[in-house]
Amino acid sequence: MLAFISRRIGYSLLILLGVTFITYLLLFMLPADPARQIAGRSATPEVVAGIRMQLGLDLPFYQQYANYLGNLVQGDLGRSYIQRSPVTELIGARLRPSLELMAAGIGFELLIGISLGVIAALRRDSWADKALMALSFIGVSAPQFIAAMLFLYFFAVQLDWFPMGGYGGFEHLLLPALTLGILGSGWYSRMVRSSMIEVLHQDFIRTARAKGLSRVRVVLRHVLPNAIVPVIPMIGIDIGIFMGGLVVVESVFGWPGIGQLTWQAIQQVDIPVIVGVTTVSAVAIVLGNLVADLVIPWVDPRIDIKKH
Amino acid sequence: MKVLRALVRRPAVALSLLYIVIVVLLALFAPWMSPYDPSEQFVEGLSLEGAPLPPDTPYLLGTDLLGRDLLSRLIYGARTSLFIGLLANGLAVLIGTLVGLSAGFLRGWVGSTLMRFTDLMMAFPALLLAIALSAIFQPSVWIVALVIAMVNWVQIARVIYSETIALSARDFVAVERTLGASSLRILFSHLLPHLLPTILVWATLGISTTVLLEATLSYLGVGVQPPTPSWGNIIFESQTYFTSAPWLVFFPGIAIVLLSLAFNLVGDALRDELDPTLQGRS
Amino acid sequence: MNRKALSLAIAATLFAGNLLADDFDPNAKDGGAAVITYQNDVATLDPAIGYDWQNWSMIKSLFDGLMDYKPGTTELTKNLASDYSISEDGTVYTFTLKKGVKFHNGRELKASDVKYSLERTVNPKTQSPGAGFFSSIVGYEDMAASKAEQLAGIEVVDDYTVRITLKSANATFLQVMAINFSFVVPKEEVEKWGADFGKHPVGTGAYSLAEWKLGQQILFKKNPDYFKAGLPHLDSIAFEVGQDPMVALLRLQKGEVDIAGDGVPPAKFLEFKNDPKFKSLVVTGDQLQTGYLTLKTTLPPFDNLKVRQAVNMAISKDRIVRIINGRAVPANQPLPPAMPGYDKDYKGYAYDVEGAKKLLAEAGFDKGFDTEMYVMNTDPQPRIAQAIQQDLAKVGVRVKIKSLAQANVIAAGGSKDQAPMVWSGGMAWIADFPDPSNFYGPILGCDSAVDGGWNWALYCNKSLDALAAKADSMAKPEQQAERTALWKKIFIDVMADAPWVPIFNEQRFTVRSSRMGGSDALYVDPVHIPVNYNYIYLK
Repeated sequence: MLAFISRRIGYSLLILLGVTFITYLLLFMLPADPARQIAGRSATPEVVAGIRMQLGLDLPFYQQYANYLGNLVQGDLGRSYIQRSPVTELIGARLRPSLELMAAGIGFELLIGISLGVIAALRRDSWADKALMALSFIGVSAPQFIAAMLFLYFFAVQLDWFPMGGYGGFEHLLLPALTLGILGSGWYSRMVRSSMIEVLHQDFIRTARAKGLSRVRVVLRHVLPNAIVPVIPMIGIDIGIFMGGLVVVESVFGWPGIGQLTWQAIQQVDIPVIVGVTTVSAVAIVLGNLVADLVIPWVDPRIDIKKH
Repeated sequence: MKVLRALVRRPAVALSLLYIVIVVLLALFAPWMSPYDPSEQFVEGLSLEGAPLPPDTPYLLGTDLLGRDLLSRLIYGARTSLFIGLLANGLAVLIGTLVGLSAGFLRGWVGSTLMRFTDLMMAFPALLLAIALSAIFQPSVWIVALVIAMVNWVQIARVIYSETIALSARDFVAVERTLGASSLRILFSHLLPHLLPTILVWATLGISTTVLLEATLSYLGVGVQPPTPSWGNIIFESQTYFTSAPWLVFFPGIAIVLLSLAFNLVGDALRDELDPTLQGRS
Repeated sequence: MNRKALSLAIAATLFAGNLLADDFDPNAKDGGAAVITYQNDVATLDPAIGYDWQNWSMIKSLFDGLMDYKPGTTELTKNLASDYSISEDGTVYTFTLKKGVKFHNGRELKASDVKYSLERTVNPKTQSPGAGFFSSIVGYEDMAASKAEQLAGIEVVDDYTVRITLKSANATFLQVMAINFSFVVPKEEVEKWGADFGKHPVGTGAYSLAEWKLGQQILFKKNPDYFKAGLPHLDSIAFEVGQDPMVALLRLQKGEVDIAGDGVPPAKFLEFKNDPKFKSLVVTGDQLQTGYLTLKTTLPPFDNLKVRQAVNMAISKDRIVRIINGRAVPANQPLPPAMPGYDKDYKGYAYDVEGAKKLLAEAGFDKGFDTEMYVMNTDPQPRIAQAIQQDLAKVGVRVKIKSLAQANVIAAGGSKDQAPMVWSGGMAWIADFPDPSNFYGPILGCDSAVDGGWNWALYCNKSLDALAAKADSMAKPEQQAERTALWKKIFIDVMADAPWVPIFNEQRFTVRSSRMGGSDALYVDPVHIPVNYNYIYLK
C-alpha cells in the first residue's frame, strides 16, 4: 500500500513538472514583451534593457525555467509584473472566494446530480425518468457563459431574487454556485442513474430485499454506497473542469476569484501570475485525482489497487 | 441504414437530426438564406442614440450594436460554428485515435510515454491552455479549430487506448497472431473495425464539446476574429448589453444550446445502438 | 441637441474650475466617511510604480511632489516647494522646501528625501515605468545604465534647498516635478518594506493608508498633520474593490456608495442618461485623451501620403461616436480640446468618400488594397474597429481585424514590420501632465519611432522634431504664449503628414451620491483622475 501511495505521489509530481514546463514554454513563445510592458510608454531602450536583465528575461529558456523551478521548490511563485506583489499573495487573496464558489458549486452539483440520478433510477422508464434525463442533457449541452447570463437575466434582473453579482454574503454566492451546480449535475445524474440500475440488479440487493429489509433501507444502506463509487473519481476530474468554468462564471458574475485574476493576467501577459495559476490549478487537479485513487479502494475494497 | 432507422424512431433524436440538418443547410446556403449581408452596418439599424433595435420588421431578430441584422449574422454564424466544430472535432478524433491506438497496440515504452503524456494533458486546465494557445497564435478560424483539437483529443485517446487493450486481449487477435498475421493486418482488419463504433460515437458527442469550446473562446474574445460572425462572438460582442438588449444574447444562446444538445442526443443514441457492451442492458 | 448639452456641461466644468482658483471652498464641511467602489484590485500605491488611472489619484492623496495643480484645473502651483527659481539659461532649478512637512511616520521631510526619491525612480532596480520622464536631468544616462548610484544633476544645498541641473532648458520640467513618479518617499520606510512598499505606502499626503484587505477594501484615514491647513475634509475614505460597476450604481442610488469609481458602464449609459433619478448625480468633464488610428508610415502603402490622407477622409467619426452612444466628441487633431495648443479653427480632413477614392486612385490604388488593423479585444474596441473597417471597405481598402490581448497589440504596434494600422482604444494616450509636449515626444517624435516604442505610426519628421525641441526649450514665463503657438503649429503640421486618424476625444462621466459636496470640477479633475480626494466633502 505504502509503495503504491509513494509511487502515485511521485507520478503526480512528475505530471506537475510537465505542466509547469509546458506553460512556461508557451508563455516564452508569446509575442509580447513583458519588460516593455513594465517599462511603460515613456521608457528609453536602456531602461527596458535594464528591466529585462533584472527579470532574467534575457536568459535562455532553460535557465529561466530552472530559476523558476528553484523558487517554486521554496514556495516562491515570483512577483507579478504588473502589480509587483508576490504571486502567492495575489492567489492567496483570491483563493477564498474561488474555493467558496467551487465548494458550493460542487456541493450543488453532487446534491442535484445524485438525487436526480437516484430518482430516475428508481422510477426507471417512467415519464419522470425521461424528463430528468432530458434536463440533465440540456445541462450538459449549455455552455456556462450562456447559462450564467440567462440566469442572471431572469433571476437577478427580471425577478430580482438575487443580487446582480459581486462578492459578499450567501445571497451573492447562491446564483453563481447554482449555475455551476446545475450545469455540472448532468454528468452525475446520468452516471448515478446507470450505476444504480446496475447495482439494483445484483444478487446481494435481491438477497437483502428477500430478507425483508425495507426498500428505503436497502436503497440507502446497500444500493447508494455502491452506486456512488464511480462518482468519486469524477469529482477529481471535475476540479479541472471547474477551474475552466470559474474563468467564465466569475467574469459574468463579477466574482473576485482566481478566474478573474487569470483573465486579467492573460490580458496583460503577466507571466508569473499565469504560470502561478496554472500550477495551482494543476496541483488541484492532480490532488483531486490522487485522493480519488486513494479513496476508491477504501470505499470499495473489491477494487484491487495493484492493477492500476 | 438499420441504425439510422432505429435512431429516427426516437422522437427526440429525430428532432435533433432535423435541427442539425436545418443548421447545416442554413450554413451551406447562407448567401441565399440570409435576408441581408451579415457585415453591413445599417445606419437605420441603430436608434438615434446608437442603441440596437429589438426584433421587428424589417430586422426580424433585431439588430446588433453596430446596426447589423442579427438574423443574417446568426445564419452566417452557423457556418463558422459548424465548420470549426466539425474540423476541430475531426482533428481531435484523428489525434486521439492515433495516440490511443498506437499506445494500446505498441505497448512498451512508446505506449507508456504516450499515455503519460495524455495524463499530463489531463492535468492541464483545458480552458487556460486554449486561451494561452490562442493568444500565442493570433486567432483565425483555422487556429481556433486547431487549438480546440489540441485540447480535446485527450479523452478520446484514453477511451481508444483502453478499448484497444481490451480488444487485443480477446481470443480472435491472439489466434490471428499465432496464425502469423502481420501487425498492420491485425491493426487494420481487426482492431479498427471493432473500434469504429466507439470512434463514431465520440465523433458525434465531441462535436457538441467543440461547438461549446469555440463559443466560449469567442466569448472570451480570443476566438474567431470580427467581423466574421460566430455564435460565440455574437454573444461576446453584446454581452455587456444583455440587460438592455437581451435578444442579442438570447437567440445565439438558444442556437448554441440546441446544436450542442442535438449532437449530444444523437451521439448518445448512437452509443446505445452501436456499443456492444451496452447491448440488451437498457 | 445631444452635442449641445454636452458642450454646456463642459463649459460649466471649466467655469467652476475658475471659481476654485484659491483652492478654498467656504461651504466645505469637515468629517465623515466616504465609500468609493472599483471593480479591479488596486495594483500598487508606490508612486514610482503606480501608473493606471485607478491608483493615480489615490497616490496623489498619499504622497506629495514639489509641484501640483490647482484643484479641478490644469494650472501649476507650488506644493512641497515654498518657492523655486530658474537660472537665466533655464537649466538650473533651485527649489526651497516648506518647513515642518512630516511623513506619516512623524519624521520631517528634508531636501535629501527629494534627491533620494527622484534617484529611486530613475534607478533601474526600481523598474519604474516613469524613469524616462527624468531624462532631462544631468547624469540620467549613467544612472539608467546602472553606471552611477546617484544623479549627478541633483544637489542637496541644505536641509530645505535642492538644486536640479538639466542638460538643456526644458519647459516641461516643472510639470514633471508634479507627476507621481517625482513624489517624495521616506528612505527608511522604502528600505523597511522593500518591494512591498507599494502595499505599505508612507508619504506626506492628505491621507494615510490605514488598512488594506487584498481584494476587498482599502481604507484611507485623514492625516491630522497634513501641511495644508484645513485639508482634507473627509475623516476617512473606504475604497471597496471587486465591485461590479452596475451593482455599484444601484448601491449608490440606495446611499451605500458615494462615488462609483468605474463610472457608468457603456451598456448602461443610455438607460442611465435618460433616467431622471440619476441626472443630477452625473458630472461630465473633459478628458486629456485622444483615441486615434495609427498608419505605419514606413509600411507600404501607408508610406504614401495620399493613401494616409484618403484614409483620414474615409472614416465617418460621427457614426463611430454614435456607436458608442455619444460618450465622446469627434476629433480632428492629436491634441484634445482641453489641452493648451489645441487649434479650434482647424477643420481637419472632412468626411469625403469620393475625395478619398480620388486620392487613392491618384496614388495608384484605384482597386484598393489589403491591410491589417490591430485592436484590443475588450468591448467596445472590436466594435469601433469594425465600424472603421466598414468605412474603409467603401473606398476599397480591405482591412483584416486582429483583435488581441492588450500586451500583444502593444508589442505588434511597436514593431517595424507588423500592424500597419492600430486602433488605440483602451490603450489610448491619456496625458501624463497637461502640456502639449506630452502628446508629441512619446507618440509622434523620432526618438519613439523605434522598435518597441509607442510611436506606432513610426512617424518621424526631423524638421518638426527640431521645432518641438525649440518649443520645449522655452522655459521662461514670458515665452509661454509663443510656445503654445509653436505647439499649435507643430500638431497642425503633423496632420498635414497624416500619420494618424484622430477619431474622438472621450468624455468622463463620474457618478456621485447626493450627499457629496464640492465643486463639480473636483469629480472630473483633469489631473487628479478620476476624483480629487483631498478636496471633496460630505454636505
